[in-house]
Amino acid sequence: MKINMRKCDICGTCVAVCPVDAIYVSEYEVTIDNDKCISCLNCLIVCPAQAITEEE
Amino acid sequence: MAEEKFDVVVVGAGPAGSVAARFAAENGASVLMLEREREPGIPVRCAEGVSHAGIAPFIEIDKRWIASTINVARLFSPNGEHAYMYNNGTGYVLERRLFDAALCEIACKKGAELRLRADAIDLVWENDQICGVKYRHQGEIKTVYCDIVIGADGVESRVGRWAGMKTAVMLEDIDTCYQYTLTNIDLQGDSVDFYFGNQISPGGYIWVFPKSQNTANVGIGISGHLAKNNPPKKLLDEFIGKHFPNAKKTYEVCGGVPTANTLKEIFRDRIMLVGDAARQVNPVTGGGIVQGMIAGSIAGKVAADAVKEKRFDKKFLKKYKKEWDKRLGHLQNLHYALKNKFFQLTDEKFNNIVEICKSIPPEKFTLKELFSSAVKGDPKLVAEIAKAFVVSKFK
Ligand SMILES: Cc1cc2nc3c(=O)[nH]c(=O)nc-3n(C[C@H](O)[C@H](O)[C@H](O)COP(=O)(O)OP(=O)(O)OC[C@H]3O[C@@H](n4cnc5c(N)ncnc54)[C@H](O)[C@@H]3O)c2cc1C
Ligand code: SF4
Ligand code: SF4
Repeated sequence: MKINMRKCDICGTCVAVCPVDAIYVSEYEVTIDNDKCISCLNCLIVCPAQAITEEE
Repeated sequence: MAEEKFDVVVVGAGPAGSVAARFAAENGASVLMLEREREPGIPVRCAEGVSHAGIAPFIEIDKRWIASTINVARLFSPNGEHAYMYNNGTGYVLERRLFDAALCEIACKKGAELRLRADAIDLVWENDQICGVKYRHQGEIKTVYCDIVIGADGVESRVGRWAGMKTAVMLEDIDTCYQYTLTNIDLQGDSVDFYFGNQISPGGYIWVFPKSQNTANVGIGISGHLAKNNPPKKLLDEFIGKHFPNAKKTYEVCGGVPTANTLKEIFRDRIMLVGDAARQVNPVTGGGIVQGMIAGSIAGKVAADAVKEKRFDKKFLKKYKKEWDKRLGHLQNLHYALKNKFFQLTDEKFNNIVEICKSIPPEKFTLKELFSSAVKGDPKLVAEIAKAFVVSKFK
């Protein structure tokens, strides 16, 4: 999964639905740890900014 | 630098964290709040609606952080009809940036310390016990030791996960939200408006919360499991095009609202979670400000008691959950059951409900009436809801 930081609003919605704690937020960015990610797509579906894509 | 130690470290200085810090400090504990942002309350991801009855126990009402006073709610059905609801008591649309700062100031006045741009990144453990928080501050990784951690880190919470608690919510239990502040619109000014319908806002609603006669927070929440085919921004833009064609946007923000039940586990040895982090939000309305403050007040007091008694184990901290269940937890259970019914209604049913509600004299019309008509045919739920709304207020 990949987050486009130009679209991301750092709202944290994706973090709340990630079943494996693969998403990290800081004051200025959100990142996904693809080694942990199980590709459930929860984050992609809920992202209000449509900032998440399936590519690595 | 000498090793830093506080009795209690609160992660997050939102309403839940600031109130927790205040109650812990007020009752004798040494408290440090860690806040990721450069000030509490930013960026505002909120429609800013609260009831007077909800916030009054915690803070003296100050017009500096009140944008408008609300006397009535209007509920719009998919066919455009609406019903008035008057007697939910006075409400406010806040200036949350200032409101959050005011709550944080109280905590500081009571003795809590606040560290800004301090991003918690992990817990610190010793002999399998939580004994502090690791955080990033001014380019360095620092450690602060403590006996109790309070996780008040909002919807994006990770503190609970670090402790091994299950905090993830299901897609149907989160609303994915988009909101603008609009200006150049014409409003009544003292009414909060809710628009329901499966085309308008599937599994949620659109809100218009006025900040003045011609500005408002206008936003949408879509249930996560329906968001794939219903992007919130698109639906909101359509709504605004139709209802406020001359509007100008002055603010735009994304957000997520947990509409789940309170987490099964909100405390463990040496740790408690409060507010959005514990999913303590009204699952029907999405209101979480007052809920977080109430949870914070309970957890803060329990933390201070724990410090006095030197008891940091979960047997002692259980008092927090017990008190939460008594105050609001049992209601959240009910509201959660209600949410699952309410947001599955067909448009036709929504239309009927508003029709029924219109026939109720506005001063007698409460949410109780609304929801009882919504769940007619399920007598058990109706009875429970009736009971619940005697003691609860909207938001
Ligand atoms: C669009 C929208 C509209 C809403 N409208 C309403 C409404 O009208 N009325 C209502 O009552 N509720 C509303 N809510 C819900 C309400 O905003 C939340 O329930 C409320 O803010 C929860 O308070 P909190 O203190 O738990 O969390 P927050 O207010 O989210 O505060 C959490 C704080 O923790 C900080 N933080 C997070 N992680 C870390 C970290 N690792 N280290 C340090 N700091 C950290 C954050 O920066 C933040 O300041 C709305 C929510 C949304 C998204
Ligand atoms: S796809 Fe699923 S597992 Fe991967 S980051 Fe998103 S929510 Fe987490
Ligand atoms: S949900 Fe989307 S906008 Fe929000 S933090 Fe995640 S990627 Fe960014």
